[in-house]
Amino acid sequence: MGPNSGGGMQASDTVAIEVEVNGRAEAHTVAARTLLVHYLRETVGLTGTHIGCDTSSCGACTVLLDGESVKSCTVLAAQAHGHSITTIEGLASADDLHPMQQAFQDHHGLQCGYCTAGMVLAAVSLATEHTDLDGPAVRVGLEGNLCRCTGYHNIVAAVVAGAAAMQSGQPVAP
Amino acid sequence: MIPAPFAFARADSVDAAVAALTEHGDEAKLVAGGHSLLPLMKLRLATPTVLIDVNDVVGLDGIHEDGDEIVVGSLVRHAALVTSPVVRAHTPLLAAAAAEVGDPQVRHRGTLAGSLAHGDPAADLPAAFLALRGSVTARSATGTRRIEADDFFVGFLETALAPDEMITEVRLPKCAGAGWAFEKFTHRAQDWAIVGVAAVGGDRPGVALVNMGGTPIRAAAVEKALRSGATADAAAELADTESDPSADRNASAEFRRHLARVLTRRALLDVAGRGAPAA
Repeated sequence: MGPNSGGGMQASDTVAIEVEVNGRAEAHTVAARTLLVHYLRETVGLTGTHIGCDTSSCGACTVLLDGESVKSCTVLAAQAHGHSITTIEGLASADDLHPMQQAFQDHHGLQCGYCTAGMVLAAVSLATEHTDLDGPAVRVGLEGNLCRCTGYHNIVAAVVAGAAAMQSGQPVAP
Repeated sequence: MIPAPFAFARADSVDAAVAALTEHGDEAKLVAGGHSLLPLMKLRLATPTVLIDVNDVVGLDGIHEDGDEIVVGSLVRHAALVTSPVVRAHTPLLAAAAAEVGDPQVRHRGTLAGSLAHGDPAADLPAAFLALRGSVTARSATGTRRIEADDFFVGFLETALAPDEMITEVRLPKCAGAGWAFEKFTHRAQDWAIVGVAAVGGDRPGVALVNMGGTPIRAAAVEKALRSGATADAAAELADTESDPSADRNASAEFRRHLARVLTRRALLDVAGRGAPAA
């Protein structure tokens, strides 16, 4: 593409991006049309973020963008430039699972596990934005994440417990 | 699914964005949250050759009061509408409609201005914008103009915006104290509305419909009946008068007309219940 007249802004088929992924600085040049989910999986090499429906319905690809849940199949990698991304690989500390991960394990909030990374990240975002999450509020708050195995009961119980643990700062009681 | 190739540019000001629109014309699209545009691009139903990202433009992400209006910057996300004290106090209908859009992830990205510019008749916020009689402020390289809600939606996914214009803000008249309601009928939680109704009471009642035609539409016959003192039941019977609903796998046109009347009746009863008592 030729350079723009005026403001010096240039449209380009490739974009140089600098993104903080799980606390680590990443710098790559990507095709402009690269979706964030493909960037994370194929360029950064973090395959914990799953592609489900690919139509911003199922939530399997949910990651945190500056701490807020987004569907990475519907964000361009170029739009993450200058921002921080958290994937499922970035939640746990060296020694401990994140309280929400621990709650999913304790309550067995999964069966096949395909939706789980997206569920956990959506739940972390939900618990960050809302205090006193109860079962009905969690069901509404997870409307953007589909699970085709569990019937959701254990997931809801896990998120209620995980949210309480995040807010208390204490480990999750099984 | 991956969009067709395009060139990407990041605008750091409204001037830079409209300059790029002026240069590239109809081949270019602005993108903010991208939650209307990117899905269409992934399906190759939209194939802009230049995408101008406006997320870095400073000063468009605020909500403030200006006299008898509230002003929503064009980078304000749906999630911010839901929680904004200004929106909740002065146009609670807008907060309620925003809470019904998609799911939390969508609401973290999507913008009011983007939803209006997309002009989808099945979207929630355009109906609230119509019911509230809002306006958009559109900027081009040659100037700024105000476009009223009734003049904005001109065809299916088509608005009064020129290819070189950018929405910089959305203005909504304050209507604190007037009753309001947003009714949305879906099969599943996060679905698009099969039919929806946005309604606000007060001296100049506003009623608009989601997914009842090729554009977001105003239920003018209902509004007229209400101004003439009709009951909610009687006015709601007129809800589908100006509509032209489509039939698809979710609903027949006849069922949509039925839903429009039922949901409008429910909405008008809520409006009456929430409105301030007459002095």
